[in-house]
Amino acid sequence: MAQASQPSMNRPIKPSGKLPYWVEPAFTIVAFGGFIIYSLWEVLFHNTGTYHNYVSPFFSPGVAGWFGFHVLTALYVVWVPFIFRFSCYYYRKEYYRAFSFHPFGCAVAEPKSHRNRSYKGEWKINNLHRYTWFLAVIVLIFLWKDVVEAFIFPNGFGVGIGSLILLINAILLTGYTFSCHAFRNMIGGRKDCFSCTAHGQSQKTTSYKLWHRISEANVFHGTWAWASLFSVWIADLYVRLLIMGVIHDVRLF
Amino acid sequence: MSEQYVLSIFRGDQNGGEEQEYQVPAIPGMVVLDAVHYVQAHDAPDLGVRWNCKAAHCGSCSAEINGMPKLMCKTRLDEYQGQVVHIQPMRTFPIVKDLVADVSWNYEVAKKIATFTPVNAAPFRMQQWDVDRVQEFHHCIECFLCQDVCHVLRDHDAKDQYFGPRFMVKMAEFEMHPVDGADRIPQLKNEGGIGMCNVTKCCTEVCPQHIHITDNAIIPLKERVADRYYDPIRNLIRRLTKKEESSSSTVPSKA
Ligand code: SF4
Ligand code: SF4
Ligand code: FES
Repeated sequence: MAQASQPSMNRPIKPSGKLPYWVEPAFTIVAFGGFIIYSLWEVLFHNTGTYHNYVSPFFSPGVAGWFGFHVLTALYVVWVPFIFRFSCYYYRKEYYRAFSFHPFGCAVAEPKSHRNRSYKGEWKINNLHRYTWFLAVIVLIFLWKDVVEAFIFPNGFGVGIGSLILLINAILLTGYTFSCHAFRNMIGGRKDCFSCTAHGQSQKTTSYKLWHRISEANVFHGTWAWASLFSVWIADLYVRLLIMGVIHDVRLF
Repeated sequence: MSEQYVLSIFRGDQNGGEEQEYQVPAIPGMVVLDAVHYVQAHDAPDLGVRWNCKAAHCGSCSAEINGMPKLMCKTRLDEYQGQVVHIQPMRTFPIVKDLVADVSWNYEVAKKIATFTPVNAAPFRMQQWDVDRVQEFHHCIECFLCQDVCHVLRDHDAKDQYFGPRFMVKMAEFEMHPVDGADRIPQLKNEGGIGMCNVTKCCTEVCPQHIHITDNAIIPLKERVADRYYDPIRNLIRRLTKKEESSSSTVPSKA
């Protein structure tokens, strides 16, 4: 199509009231980059994530221990949340914008180098997101088991800062996992008519209500995604610092 | 007259052009289209601009205001206080004159899509809560701002490979309708090029009707395409049970 006659791109001087277009991708680069570097440090240089009754989300479930491996023990688990997040519809937006500049921001011209490379669309492998969801649910079940254990101290039930951190982390991860777009499709999104199978009854069916609830949570999928990323980071760091003896857990009661 | 806005409006056609500056007196509550009309009435009677309703309903006045695709009639000028307001035509489509872009490609795409194909004759009985989902898509005013901002069309000019977000919305509108019986999944995957969209959500950001284009139309359609083409287990079950998959719960087999 005739583009040559079009005026050159003037990026908004400053779209008023909003942040400059580069803020969001810059945040993504810093937060993601930081998390990935931190994860590598955790996976490559540590073989345990357990401190008394607390287990770091990086090391749960302890798959490596089941098979007697004692090197890179976190690696046997972290690939699951990694592929789940990598294929997540929300994160696709973040990384295609921040890391591959497709596009860097809305109505921001893509780099000149893109002109010589044909764009083929998104990676087809991401279509397997639904399978990574099931794997993530399995890991999540173990994290909830860890939460229960985090409240059981040698002298019985108790609450420490660590117990609360692991609890909040599990809640946020549950919100993230169950607001997933692929789950939303599985739970009823692929149906066009809920009342049809209920013989046209006017009362909302259970499957409709479920799909509707998931849809409501799905609106905040991006928020769940970031919140749970940071909670995993904080939970792991907390346990790591306890193990290293840098900090001491505070028992609330 | 006290306050003035400085508008820098693109003037030109297929052979080229450049921005020209105009001064417009500020009136409280005025929108960009008001200012453009002022310029047309006072300084440049030959200024090309398309508009119709001036109420964000007809989708005619799409343009790029300070680089962002927007409706001129819905964009208040006081958002740009203290700035020069650059107004350009949508750049994803060929230019006709000044602010008028040739959006006819979109109408050609529309013709390729199977329209509403009811499985049984009207009147239809359906529950409101079942049709709420597609009613969101009816809010589209065909302003084509989403098409304009979509990097697949805008930066890669892949109009032969992707129908664009507006038509994903249109296909979702029919495909998710409780009594529709046509099967658009193969077209979505192939000619429609839904895989070209990388879910970067700019279409949703610019939509003046606040349609959740990606979350409610494109992604659910991508999931249906995945159901059909990229899910090995569903595929196996389908083969074992020799059942044709239908994306509609109302009809057992589709054309
Ligand atoms: S989300 Fe998809 S359709 Fe929307 S602008 Fe981005 S690439 Fe285009
Ligand atoms: S979906 Fe929104 S942005 Fe796209 S044409 Fe319709 S109203 Fe305009
Ligand atoms: S003039 Fe109708 S949408 Fe702006």
